[in-house]
Amino acid sequence: MTEHRDYAGGKLGMWLFLFTEILLFGGLFLLYAAYLHRYPADFNAGGKQLDVVLGAANTVILITSSFTVAASITALRLGETTRCLWLLAATVALALGFLVNKFFEWSAKFGHGIYPGSEHLMRLPPGENLFFGLYYAMTGLHGLHVLIGATLLTVTAALVRRGRVTQGNFGLLENAGLYWHLVDLVWIFLFPLFYLIA
Amino acid sequence: MDHGNVDGLGFLASAPGRGGLLSWIGSTDHKRIGLLYMGCIVFMFFCGSILGMILRLKLMTPGSTLVGPQTYNAMFTLHGVIMIFLVVIPSIPASLGNILLPLQIGAEDVSFPRLNLFSWWLYVLGAVLALVSIFTGTGAPDTGWTFYVPFSERTTTNVSMAVTAVTILGFSSILTGLNFVTTIHRLRAPGMTWTRLPLFVWSLYATAWIQVLATPILGITLALVFAERVLHLGLFDPGRGGDPLLYQHLFWIYSHPAVYIMVLPAMGVISDIIPVFARKNIFGYKMIAFSSLAIAFAGSLVWAHHMFTSGMSDTAVLVFSFLTFIVAIPSAIKVFNWVSTLYKGSISVDPPLLFSLGFIFMFSVGGLTGLVQGSAGTDIHVHDTYFIVGHFHYVIFGGTGLGLFAALHFWLPKIFGRMYDKTVAKLSFWIILAGMNLLYFPMFILGLEGLPRRYYDYLPKYAHGQMLSTVGSWILAVGLVMMFANLYRGIRRGPLAGDNPWGAATLEWTTSSPPPADNFATEPVVTRGPYDFRGVARRD
Repeated sequence: MTEHRDYAGGKLGMWLFLFTEILLFGGLFLLYAAYLHRYPADFNAGGKQLDVVLGAANTVILITSSFTVAASITALRLGETTRCLWLLAATVALALGFLVNKFFEWSAKFGHGIYPGSEHLMRLPPGENLFFGLYYAMTGLHGLHVLIGATLLTVTAALVRRGRVTQGNFGLLENAGLYWHLVDLVWIFLFPLFYLIA
Repeated sequence: MDHGNVDGLGFLASAPGRGGLLSWIGSTDHKRIGLLYMGCIVFMFFCGSILGMILRLKLMTPGSTLVGPQTYNAMFTLHGVIMIFLVVIPSIPASLGNILLPLQIGAEDVSFPRLNLFSWWLYVLGAVLALVSIFTGTGAPDTGWTFYVPFSERTTTNVSMAVTAVTILGFSSILTGLNFVTTIHRLRAPGMTWTRLPLFVWSLYATAWIQVLATPILGITLALVFAERVLHLGLFDPGRGGDPLLYQHLFWIYSHPAVYIMVLPAMGVISDIIPVFARKNIFGYKMIAFSSLAIAFAGSLVWAHHMFTSGMSDTAVLVFSFLTFIVAIPSAIKVFNWVSTLYKGSISVDPPLLFSLGFIFMFSVGGLTGLVQGSAGTDIHVHDTYFIVGHFHYVIFGGTGLGLFAALHFWLPKIFGRMYDKTVAKLSFWIILAGMNLLYFPMFILGLEGLPRRYYDYLPKYAHGQMLSTVGSWILAVGLVMMFANLYRGIRRGPLAGDNPWGAATLEWTTSSPPPADNFATEPVVTRGPYDFRGVARRD
């Protein structure tokens, strides 16, 4: 069989996949909407307990990483492979920074007895329990996507290094970039819903 | 009749230096992947059928017989999980769709062959986990295939593993869907315009969109059941402020459209078969193609008709009842067009046509009884009774099942290059049809008389209907065994079928049987529609 390379087909497939990812989060957004409607005051109280500064820092980190990944694609298309690799490394480093930040944020909450199924949460009003339930489910799922995205970018970088993804054949890098933008986009919705709602 | 060797064996023969099992489970050839799916699906169909037979046997007489209540609950759960997620949903699209889609549009393969193989591996992983969940943990899942909360959160049986299995199967389905959409958009042969696509391809296209857009919701919903069980988030737990009704909404947002993942490809099969055996262009090509998309769209808006009695506002009930009736329109368009195609056709009654006619009959009964449940008033009477069981078996087994069997009888000669015994095939069809109706029709009566579904035991007044139904299951089983044995024998030892035994005009019949690894010797150029039979001859 002949090796066929279909750039537009690859892009179409990736966009369809991104749709499914949005719908995956969509189920959780639906639950959020329903419970916010039912317990507005409790959600307000829950939002007050989250650290806006940490959340904002993570937002800045992710938006910056979206810039670096976009720049890496441009660099590759201009044939500047070294610059592309540095920009990808920066993106992965920012992704790890995000996760470290998240780790500290979660452990602080755990320290206060706020974790799924804890006794402390059981004593809170039901709406607050749901707020934190959604917080862990949604940021957890998002964190998993950050991890997958960072892995994908690392693999792509390795292929760029080996000359498998090149100036003339940059589809994979572009699709990995698209995925990373999705991760960024989801966070841009999560940040106001959880941190700024108070 | 010629019993010699099939010429070169096409894609069935191993490439030089790569033989054995690995050349199948590592193959990216869409035809091999399709056959892998088919093997697994037939195997799972046998597992599910045996569970169903045991359930019927238990229900033959009232009282505690054969199995205990807990085993009974586990068995109907697994019958549902296996039949829905492992058999019916992937049945036509993943097996025959994979084999035929590239052939019908004149492509060498699907857009993402390696992803295609990965989907199959995900299917196997899901199937293994589903089967393992029976034997591990503290007992087989006993929730019903819908995994309704709060029971699915609380039960100590092995629900966590079962929902993980279904989530993985969902991802497999999503990847197949996005592969198909991309393939249909990108890889059509020169001249294969959208209005020259075979209607089976149109139905796969509509199905693929549902797979892509609806399945992720199921993924997240069942992942949440898992999270609820392990982490106790409380999202669906009324004790922690959550709402079990939201689970039902999320579940049916996927699972109602999933009904159309099951039945649309079968409709596509019927649309491809009927013109061939009437030797007439299909009546209303564009309306049939359009109605597939209309069913996919309208079918996505009706999920809450599963919840008329769960507690919704009267307005919501009215709206969802109305929308449910809307879906009947495109479905009826298809049925009327099939019948119109047969009108004044030059009909040859071969096995594929018989199974297609069986499909139309069973699907019509199933569809019309669906309207009884779509009307909120009558639904309240029949809700959660055997009427529902009868209805969905008519649609899903009578519809999709017979559609799959029609497709097997139509395309197996193309895939394997050999023909089965047509007389035995016809006989098995009549036995299957008789068995199905005797098995499922009494359920309508039982349901109207008030027998609830899922119950382990029942009042003596229902014994008569239950007995009839159980006898029907035996007749059906005989027919199924006969049909599969005949097909198997045909594949192994049947006479050579030739490239185009039925005289069909779609592209897959222009290549050899079985097709070569690259599908076509030279890239085909399409100059006419899929049902233009001028100059196409039948083999006999």
